[in-house]
Amino acid sequence: MGSRQPTPNADHLLEVEDLRVAFRTEDGVVQAVDGVSFHVDAGEVLAIVGESGCGKSVTGMTLMGLTRSPNARFAGRATFDGQDLVSASDEQLRRIRGAEIAMVFQDPMCSLNPVQRVGTQIAEQLRAHNELDKDAATERARGLLERVGIPRPAERLRAFPHELSGGMRQRVMIAMALSCDPRLLIADEPTTALDVTIQAQILEEVRQLREETGAGVILITHDLGVVADVADRIAVMYAGQIVEQGTLDEIFYDPQHPYTWGLLGSIARVDRPRPARLPAIAGTPPSLANPPHGCRFRPRCPHAFAQCSELPPLETRAGHPDRCWLTPQEKREKREVAGQIGLAGGEVAAA
Amino acid sequence: MTRFVIRRLISMVLVLFAISVLTFLIFQVIPNGDPAQRMAGRLSTPETVAAIRRTWGFDDPIWQQYLTTMKKIFTGEVISYTQQVNVLDQIWQDLPATLSLAIGAGIIWFVMGVLFGVLSALRAGHFTDRALTVAALVGVSTPVFLLGAVALYFFAFKVQLFPNGGYVPLTQDPVDWLYHLILPWLCLSVLFIGIYSRVLRSNLLDTMSEDYVRTARAKGISERRVLVRHVLRNSLIPIVALWSLDFAAVIGGGAILTESVFNLQGVGQYAAESIHQLDVPPVMVVVMLGAFAVVILSAITDVIFALLDPRIRLTGS
Repeated sequence: MGSRQPTPNADHLLEVEDLRVAFRTEDGVVQAVDGVSFHVDAGEVLAIVGESGCGKSVTGMTLMGLTRSPNARFAGRATFDGQDLVSASDEQLRRIRGAEIAMVFQDPMCSLNPVQRVGTQIAEQLRAHNELDKDAATERARGLLERVGIPRPAERLRAFPHELSGGMRQRVMIAMALSCDPRLLIADEPTTALDVTIQAQILEEVRQLREETGAGVILITHDLGVVADVADRIAVMYAGQIVEQGTLDEIFYDPQHPYTWGLLGSIARVDRPRPARLPAIAGTPPSLANPPHGCRFRPRCPHAFAQCSELPPLETRAGHPDRCWLTPQEKREKREVAGQIGLAGGEVAAA
Repeated sequence: MTRFVIRRLISMVLVLFAISVLTFLIFQVIPNGDPAQRMAGRLSTPETVAAIRRTWGFDDPIWQQYLTTMKKIFTGEVISYTQQVNVLDQIWQDLPATLSLAIGAGIIWFVMGVLFGVLSALRAGHFTDRALTVAALVGVSTPVFLLGAVALYFFAFKVQLFPNGGYVPLTQDPVDWLYHLILPWLCLSVLFIGIYSRVLRSNLLDTMSEDYVRTARAKGISERRVLVRHVLRNSLIPIVALWSLDFAAVIGGGAILTESVFNLQGVGQYAAESIHQLDVPPVMVVVMLGAFAVVILSAITDVIFALLDPRIRLTGS
């Protein structure tokens, strides 16, 4: 394979190349996304995984143009259907938003307008992109609610968001996202605010959508457990950069970056003996206004050595690209913690 | 809804009772407030004063005097001490001027407040916003009697663009009515425009960062639609509530100063004159009328609130 050259590829549904997003804040310039490259194909689920504040949501929102503000600076390219989303005009983006690329947000409690009926909110999106009269839009909205598994959809059209449960609201959000048959769905922590049984249902919804429509999906999450169920490929983000990228199997069974080991080690598993305490990665993610020199994970990494003061490139040395100076051999040895993958040191509890 | 109406009616009775008792008591303890003495005049004999006291019932215990006054108010027979005319007739006659002032000013301050608030929020941090902030502060801190006097001096005396106060009934001459009311409307509105534009500005900025506004944008609807249907629609709810309460307060005597400065002969000016002469019955009636307006309009506000925001239910708690 060799290191993947970021070349535009017309076959990909979305090709992101060296995307950079910086915000001017009171604390200085925050480089929220720092040279991120990935691609998504039709019918594929790419999961972007990382802790809060690693830039994964900003990446997703930037593709939709939702981070545009006088204080934001963008660089790089995101080619969707031959068009660069980063340099597209507001009006071009508006036409793509909700129609070609749709987004489902994290918190369904606040993501719907509290004073509008959900039917009105779905119809509004339909009518923004299609020549539809009110009745036709309402009828389509009813069909969408039915499709995402909401019982008595005709009645629910007239409900206000506060009259629905969290799971229902997230279904409404998904119905809204599906309304114009998007080719790319960006789901930003779609299950985080929901309880576990509802989480499974919502993920099933995402999986079905992919199968039925052949849309590409970007699933943004901090939860590798969620990813294991639906993702085809995984990009692990840390401090505004992708630190490892590969297929589901590559990430789960042959993880190369210590940060990924830490994430994998902190999943609660029912098929293993229960640890006294769930392992966590020691320390906190760095401030993006003032990121550490060299490898960004170095301050939290128990395996750091001299070379880590230099920023490692995203390079393929063991089947898929990662950002770590350790040799594949060293990685294989160091990622074993008590018979399973994990990050040694720090707060890791004895198994 | 029935429960809501009943609860509101009960609280209205309580408020009116409390307000009337308080007002009545205040005039009992005010120095030099003996109505008989005032009616009889400075050069009266003690006999005359005693006679007036007897005929008007000022000898009775306070609670009985209160009951008599209240009875007279509710039967419409209440007579003012100084001019000895029927108070309700007088108020009825003055009401059109007050309502004209309140309604016109209410419309102006709502429209201008919203306009400046939106402008300020859209240009937040820029020159327009800063200029409007300063203007709002000046507007809020300028007392209406000063503003009115200055306005009259420049526009009625120096330039003679507008009449020097006074009121012409709408039914008599609509153009003249408008001509006489423009200055009072603007002067009364200035304070409220300042407050409303500031409140709306901060509401708008808060709402703009709401998740559902981001959702609206993600739907691909036009920016104008995002701002009007999602941001403004939600930000206006508290402004509408504020408006109806302020409007009630203006009807219920809040425009005393404006009416007096512009000599509008409205209810407020009548109240001001009555207070000046320590004339209890008109003051009681005006105060109760004001309390009545506030209570009724706040009930209407709650209904409007519930209509604008489905999360609010009238029957709750």
